[in-house]
Amino acid sequence: MAFQISLKINGNGHDVELEDARPTLLDVLRERIGLTGTKKGCDRGQCGACTVLIDGRRVNSCLSLAVSLDGAEVTTVEGLSDGDTLHPVQAAFIENDGFQCGYCTPGQIMSAVGFLGETGGDASAEAVREGMSGNLCRCGAYAGIQDAVLDAQARMSKGGKT
Amino acid sequence: MKAFDYQRPETIAEAIKAASKPGASYYAGGTNLLDLMKVGVRTPDSLIDITRLDDLKRIEPQKDGSLRIGALVRNSDLARNVDILSDYPAIAEALLSGASGQLRNSATVGGNLMQQPRCAYFYDPHSACNLHEVGEGCDALEGENGKHAVLGWTKTCIAVHPSDFCVPLAAMGARVVVDGPDGSREISIDEFYTLPGSVQPPGSALKQGEIITAIILPSDAKRFAPRARYIKLRDRTSYAFAIVSAAAMLHIGDGRIKDARIALGGVAANPWRAREAEDTLNGAEANEASFKKAADAALADAKPSGDNAHKIELARRILVRALKAAADGTPPKMPDLPGSVFAVGKEAR
Ligand SMILES: Cc1cc2nc3c(=O)[nH]c(=O)nc-3n(C[C@H](O)[C@H](O)[C@H](O)COP(=O)(O)OP(=O)(O)OC[C@H]3O[C@@H](n4cnc5c(N)ncnc54)[C@H](O)[C@@H]3O)c2cc1C
Ligand code: SF4
Ligand code: FES
Ligand code: FES
Repeated sequence: MAFQISLKINGNGHDVELEDARPTLLDVLRERIGLTGTKKGCDRGQCGACTVLIDGRRVNSCLSLAVSLDGAEVTTVEGLSDGDTLHPVQAAFIENDGFQCGYCTPGQIMSAVGFLGETGGDASAEAVREGMSGNLCRCGAYAGIQDAVLDAQARMSKGGKT
Repeated sequence: MKAFDYQRPETIAEAIKAASKPGASYYAGGTNLLDLMKVGVRTPDSLIDITRLDDLKRIEPQKDGSLRIGALVRNSDLARNVDILSDYPAIAEALLSGASGQLRNSATVGGNLMQQPRCAYFYDPHSACNLHEVGEGCDALEGENGKHAVLGWTKTCIAVHPSDFCVPLAAMGARVVVDGPDGSREISIDEFYTLPGSVQPPGSALKQGEIITAIILPSDAKRFAPRARYIKLRDRTSYAFAIVSAAAMLHIGDGRIKDARIALGGVAANPWRAREAEDTLNGAEANEASFKKAADAALADAKPSGDNAHKIELARRILVRALKAAADGTPPKMPDLPGSVFAVGKEAR
């Protein structure tokens, strides 16, 4: 059974033809739309590399059936910056050494954007570590990631763009 | 993944009709079902996507003071709900101690109740497991079973129910509302889960086609709100299933415990309500000696199902800790590490 779905991805409308109901949002983004910023780590909800925002909420795209999301708005790491102006979370990751190899980074950044939207802008370091626990980093860049999220929180509460 | 038909009904009646066919399965957040489909342990012929059934997305205070939670409310939304935080704080703490921020945004109340065991042999389609097919046997008996059950198990299955959310639900005696081909009914959480028997593996009271529509939190559980905690021991501080966990709720007056509610997680195929332990606390002083006595009563019948005798003592200690934390009072603000033994330790210091 074939399905036609439409998704708004990073502000652009996409009509996607699915041969059957099996593809996850992750596979649609990477294989059909060509947005390879979103990474596949475990494909099982265990690592967070595939984190994107669906209707503004962070989720694991590897455990979401694309067909179920017909009509949804999706934001991936490619959709965060405003032209050459980085999103405050992206800028903070660069300045705080929030990564080493970079494989987990798009997921970390999308998760941080989602997390900062969930809190009142006053998350402690411990709350950041807990809130970001759904994103594993094989390089162990956790200290930098924590600092980047705290820095991004401070930048965003000042209303700063970067 | 095996191919499957897909339907997205607009009404509950349509959903029930579609799901009544053998081989059909409801799809909610997908975080457990898709995982099991990817490894080939679940191979439904059709998925009935219930995510557009908006009637199941509400949290509604009822006239009798109870709170009705629609089955499609996402775990994260429930944990942030003001009525939950003020009246049933252990529910919020349990939810926030489970999975990750991303998974909680997808996971639904109904899916959380219906999640399957995390036993490694269940997850492997090539291992013998009575949950694959009754009579297949149980490879966990002679395998990696350090995290398996210590209460209510038989050699048919020694897996534990992995949900955190269900533990405070069991403690407060929540009710599960289901609808199905034969109409709707309410099932107490005690009866919702079935323990393994001599042949039959553990499961739920749901019949083919039946859908959970809501969970009802009883109004009389609100009196525990000032002293209600959920404490969970894990391999790592966050993003891990419980090795053992405990929900403890106390109602204290005139220096004595007037009513106590206790349930344990990670010990059995259901969220384990410990009524004998509750009884030892009624009228007792809220002190360590009483809590230890209660913990001994809760684990009196426990026996290892494999390489897991340590879980019995861990469960005792976690329960004592949860009772102490409850007696100290529900924190005014959700701890930064919900349900964590470290958070509790810090407060106690
Ligand atoms: C990496 C990882 C870590 C996790 N850690 C934890 C943890 O620490 N603690 C914890 O408690 N959980 C944990 N979980 C499990 C998670 O809570 C469950 O996957 C989630 O709650 C399932 O909800 P869902 O809506 O996604 O269900 P789905 O995957 O959509 O469905 C699960 C099952 O429920 C059935 N179902 C769904 N809704 C209904 C309904 N309304 N009526 C009848 N049947 C229904 C489906 O048919 C299916 O059989 C973890 C999961 C992952 C992947
Ligand atoms: S413990 Fe239960 S789930 Fe695990 S292999 Fe045995 S029967 Fe299957
Ligand atoms: S790829 Fe989705 S969580 Fe690992
Ligand atoms: S930066 Fe390499 S995995 Fe995180």
